[in-house]
Amino acid sequence: MSVIYLLISISILIAIGFFIAFITAVKTGQYDDDYTPSVRMLFDDELLKSTKFKNTVENNEEKELDV
Amino acid sequence: MDTQNCFHCGLIIVKAEEIIFDEKKFCCNGCKTVYEIFSLNDLTCYYDFEKSPGATPQDINGKYDFLDNESIVSKLLEFKENSTAIISLNIPHIHCSSCIWILENLQRLQKGISSSQVNFPEKKVRITYNPEEVSIKTIVYLLSSIGYEPYISLENYETGTSNVDRSLTYKLGVAFFCFGNIMLLSFPEYFEVKEYWLDQYRGFFRWLIFALALPSFFYSASGYYVSAFKSIRSKMLNIDIPIALGIVVMFVRSTFDIVMDYGSGFFDSLTGLIFFMLLGKMFQIKTYSFLSFERDFKSYFPIAITKINSDSLEESVPIYEVEKGDRLLIRNQELIPVDGILISEKAEIDYSFVTGEAIPITKKSGDKVFAGGKQIGKVIEMEVLHSVSQSYLTQLWSNDVFQKNVVQKHKTITDRISRYFTPILLLIAFSGFGYWIFIDANIAFNVFTAVLIVACPCALALTAPFTFGNVLRILGKQKFYLKNALVIEQLAKVDTIVFDKTGTITTNKKSNISYEGEILSDEYLLLIKNVLRASNHPLSRMLYDYLPISILPNKSANDAKKWRVDAFEEITGRGMEALIFGHQIQIGSADFLEKTEENKLQQTSVHIKINGVYYGKFIFNNQYREGLASLFKNLSSGYQIKILSGDNEGERATLEQLLPKGTELIFNQKPEQKLEFIKNLQDKGNNVMMVGDGLNDAGALAQSNVGISISENVNVFSPACDAILDANEFQKLNYFLKLSKNSITTIKMSFALSLLYNVVGLAFAITGNLLPLVAAIIMPLSTITIVSFVTVMSSYYANKK
Repeated sequence: MSVIYLLISISILIAIGFFIAFITAVKTGQYDDDYTPSVRMLFDDELLKSTKFKNTVENNEEKELDV
Repeated sequence: MDTQNCFHCGLIIVKAEEIIFDEKKFCCNGCKTVYEIFSLNDLTCYYDFEKSPGATPQDINGKYDFLDNESIVSKLLEFKENSTAIISLNIPHIHCSSCIWILENLQRLQKGISSSQVNFPEKKVRITYNPEEVSIKTIVYLLSSIGYEPYISLENYETGTSNVDRSLTYKLGVAFFCFGNIMLLSFPEYFEVKEYWLDQYRGFFRWLIFALALPSFFYSASGYYVSAFKSIRSKMLNIDIPIALGIVVMFVRSTFDIVMDYGSGFFDSLTGLIFFMLLGKMFQIKTYSFLSFERDFKSYFPIAITKINSDSLEESVPIYEVEKGDRLLIRNQELIPVDGILISEKAEIDYSFVTGEAIPITKKSGDKVFAGGKQIGKVIEMEVLHSVSQSYLTQLWSNDVFQKNVVQKHKTITDRISRYFTPILLLIAFSGFGYWIFIDANIAFNVFTAVLIVACPCALALTAPFTFGNVLRILGKQKFYLKNALVIEQLAKVDTIVFDKTGTITTNKKSNISYEGEILSDEYLLLIKNVLRASNHPLSRMLYDYLPISILPNKSANDAKKWRVDAFEEITGRGMEALIFGHQIQIGSADFLEKTEENKLQQTSVHIKINGVYYGKFIFNNQYREGLASLFKNLSSGYQIKILSGDNEGERATLEQLLPKGTELIFNQKPEQKLEFIKNLQDKGNNVMMVGDGLNDAGALAQSNVGISISENVNVFSPACDAILDANEFQKLNYFLKLSKNSITTIKMSFALSLLYNVVGLAFAITGNLLPLVAAIIMPLSTITIVSFVTVMSSYYANKK
């Protein structure tokens, strides 16, 4: 019956594992902004025509210089 | 699709100025340009998330020249190494998902930006870029060109990485971890299953529970011990004393029980109690991270200013380095940061920030200009008289009220109750002990500890946090943002309300213009409007917007020529004279038109003379907020109302009509006088609420018991205060006050309820029958009923108008 020691220890260890995960998450600031990520995940990584993209970046720079 | 509104910013399009591009309609060139930038870069998804999400880009020419100054930029950066730099910029316009999307796609608009991340609640964007490829100035220009102009003020200067206090979250995490595991491990004990193997392992379970309770007892609950100790030392009995006492006694007794093998102890109730109380604390903290309640002049001031060197070169210098004798260049809409003397010929300075006076003041060369004014019109030059810290406006902040790090002077309602609660509790505990000691010493000890355990006022301690937390959220939804929960209690105690006039009970948005004199024909109105068009004076602009006639009836070239102003002369501070379509038109002050007039009312007015004949005047009245009269009528039944104004007495008659009889009106008040006025009221024993807006009220707001700042746009700025109210919700003020009073009633009712639980628990305790199971039932039961009771009650009061 001493398996109970083993089982309880494992369950506590798993709980501690999750607890540590929670603490690290808080520490790295993942809970600081709870709104933006919820919106961000709904955005598509929409397609980008690479050639056109490069052109426009350069165009843009010219524009900046004009300013 | 609604064709009347601009595709980009959603403003109503003036037909004559409509621009059609790519089959979309825009209100102005700026909006069109933003759309162009986005469509060139395949970023038109911007318009898919939210309809008309944009803002018209503002003209920022020269405004950010200080970003060329390396030393200033380095103060703004969060991080910098060779090819990586990180900056956090505050962008007030962030308001929807489209904003998040476009700002997180900045790298597609500008080479050199590697990533950007939006923090929506704080309205900030954090940009990682390569300083070798792109300068911060370019980024700021880019942001401005797409309508997201960042706000950089003196406050940003020397921002380090701020340390966020997350200890409450950690404590709550620890408490929940311990509580959950102990609950699970306690189940066998609850059911007292007399099975062989459970009996066998009882010791193991109990010691494990003990071990799990340690972090909760020593770490999570530590705040209560500290607070209880402090309150004993300051001889103020607060609610934390019985709580700390209960926790400690519970811990000692439970440890004792386990060691002596009497039972499993109360560790489940102990950890549960700690968890729920921390949860209450957490619930009460509702922060509006995009608002700041601690603003001082720093958030209004620009970070740098243009200085003219001796060799007449322009240079951006940080504000703090401005010295006496320097020559400064102030552009349109820039704030004058220091006191000085005007060198340029003339200037229009808007002091609404400092004095509350809405109409700009004209200054001539050699006049003194004070810090805090906003320059309107052409670029001016000035010579500095005092450095920033010695200027008129900054001096206000050296007043004591702004130095207050004072511990709150008032006791919270919970603390007042506990002043009676704690002694009574100790009395019961000792008398129980005294009674049982003669019968059985063992039971006496049990009873003593049981009383302290069961009476531990956790329900009492939860009442206020949950009520206030809920009310804070309700008010926040209605655009009344409180600094913290204590403000609600203060609001309920207010008996005197002092209002500022300009910007508080009047709106800054539009003036109410009326005309007095001979009726002007449509033709004349048209002429006047055309003349006004040429002037940049704020009054001219207002009048121009007010005159209802469309300026060019026909768009044909011939007609346009017909309406051309032939001769135009503007005399600073007096008026203008123009020749148009063969008519001589004079517009300006009474003095200018040689009209001697009894200007007793000190109204702001513009007089009209056509072809040498005096016609009449346009009078600029303040526009009072909607629902003002009824609000004051309602308020006057329960509160003393006073009006403090920095303005002159011109509006006295109008105000007296609008306000209930007996309202005190005081005019011509300087910021310090306002502060003093509030102080005098308080010395008379009144609880004063100050409602104000600009910096001129900052002192009074800080001095008052509750300072409420009215803001037309809560995302922008308001002086240091206890609460920020969206100007559109102004007429609800009475409702807010009522709600805060009702929330105190709710708290009192639930105090009664929680005391009832204490009495029931005490009945068990005093008779020596408090089993761990009973404690484990009473504790969560009382918590749940109290929490649901206060939530239901406060929501009920909130819905009751």
